[in-house]
Amino acid sequence: MSNILAIAQKELRSYFVSPIAYVFIGFFALLYGYFFAVSLTFLVRVSMQAGMGMGGPQTVNINEYMMRPLLGNTAVIMLLVLPLMTMRTYAEEKRSGTIELLLSSPLTGVQIIIGKFLGVVTLFTVMLAVTLIHVAILFMYGEPELGPILSGYLGLWLMGGAFISIGLLISSITKNQMVAGMGTFFVLLLLWVISWIGDPASGSTTTQLLGYLSILDHFEDFSKGVIDTKHLAYYLSVITFGLFLTAKSVESEQWRG
Amino acid sequence: MIEVQNVTKRYGPFTAVNDVSFRVESGQILGFLGPNGAGKTTTMRILTGCIPATEGRAAVAGFDVFEQAVEAKRRTGYLPETPPLYPDMTVREYLTFAARINAIGSSSRRERVNSAMSRTNVEDVADRHCGKLSKGYRQRVGLAQAILHNPDVLILDEPTAGLDPKQIIETRELIKNLAGDHTIILSTHILPEVAQTCQSVVIINKGQVVAVDTPDNLTSRLQGSETIKVELDTQGADPLPAVSSIPGVTNVAITQSNDTSQVLDVQSDQSSDVRRQLASTIVSNGWGLLELTPIRMSLEDIFLELTTSEESHE
Repeated sequence: MSNILAIAQKELRSYFVSPIAYVFIGFFALLYGYFFAVSLTFLVRVSMQAGMGMGGPQTVNINEYMMRPLLGNTAVIMLLVLPLMTMRTYAEEKRSGTIELLLSSPLTGVQIIIGKFLGVVTLFTVMLAVTLIHVAILFMYGEPELGPILSGYLGLWLMGGAFISIGLLISSITKNQMVAGMGTFFVLLLLWVISWIGDPASGSTTTQLLGYLSILDHFEDFSKGVIDTKHLAYYLSVITFGLFLTAKSVESEQWRG
Repeated sequence: MIEVQNVTKRYGPFTAVNDVSFRVESGQILGFLGPNGAGKTTTMRILTGCIPATEGRAAVAGFDVFEQAVEAKRRTGYLPETPPLYPDMTVREYLTFAARINAIGSSSRRERVNSAMSRTNVEDVADRHCGKLSKGYRQRVGLAQAILHNPDVLILDEPTAGLDPKQIIETRELIKNLAGDHTIILSTHILPEVAQTCQSVVIINKGQVVAVDTPDNLTSRLQGSETIKVELDTQGADPLPAVSSIPGVTNVAITQSNDTSQVLDVQSDQSSDVRRQLASTIVSNGWGLLELTPIRMSLEDIFLELTTSEESHE
């Protein structure tokens, strides 16, 4: 355990000694803030229309009209940002040769992988935590429901974990950070839109299967305030499977050289 | 202490290391010689558990490097060809991290880091970032990392590469001092280094071991005959008949000749030392003896001979 923590701290430290961590946290907060403002404007317009009796719902639900689209937008930011965070994890160590320090130390491959995963997840958690300031403001001036917000954040966090796990896997395949970053982005994007090809009306097995694979579809319920074990299981299995494949990829790299 | 048995490593159709076997006794320094691409680094990476062997087995301190990897790695210090430094860490932070992953408890960590830094002479850069160090310091910080956990076995891939002459001497001294407590394998291109620091030599070429011996034995074994360079002043007389009649002398050749001196290469059987006879013959003829030097085959020559004769077999 202490070994895993050593690796996790090293990973985390490498983000914070350079401007990288501050750029990530800062831009994430900035974009979140922008989308927050956009959603807020939208909310105000809808509630004004409702107040003037120009159609629309009688009471405006903050969770429905503001938080859900906002969390959806946050997921898109994550899609763009997380590949940049994971791209260096293995690729850089392989390029600079520092991976040999880790491989020749009495650490197991799994300890190294979990350590790296925890390091990136910690930075991501900090990024996500900073956005809670906006949510706090919402609570000061409005009366949103807490439950759906918490479950929405849990969903984002789990989705981020899945992104990071896939990012680690792709970074472990290459020595080139750019290839790792782009590769991760494309894989995540594909998993994001994979269900679009199916025809929801038909309800065929293929459509259901593609829907089940889609990393975004599983987030829907979380943002509505529903924590379904089906979706929990999906994200946790993506994380586990990604880390497992990373272990296998590092191992096979050793066999291949 | 270190045992390598029939280790083979293949990358697809390419064989990097082919049936390599050798052993190193406890406390000894083994020199690993070979041209670039001979398989030195591959063998070292197998020994340190960075990559598995395709066939054969290797053991460090009695632990199989594959089956009991963690135990073997705990007893091994490794300095790869490029020191594995994190550029954004200071030397102290880096060594503290290395101590942590080598399971050195927090109580003794500080003291171990300090002692490794003082042994490798890097205390004056303790708070500098690894990325900003000169090649010589990088190499020594890498070495500090390797000896940090006081391993039984040290595996050093070209430890003196990139150092200036003074640092090379210091590093060699350090390595010599480390032997005894540690068993060391070092690879190098610099052959005098092997003669000076190692008790035994493995010469490897194209993935195969071509010689295993002590540097001295290797020198005498490969030398079919002794050659002595003699410079003498015969005042015009021909020295050949007198010199070649000395028992044991097999061949005499004049390599240089002018008014005042002549230079001869005298070859003799390896078993007989003809230097005394040679000197008394020259003196009894009333010639002046200006120089008498035995020419020994250097490790360079042996190395070239072994690695190029291998090529001609193909």
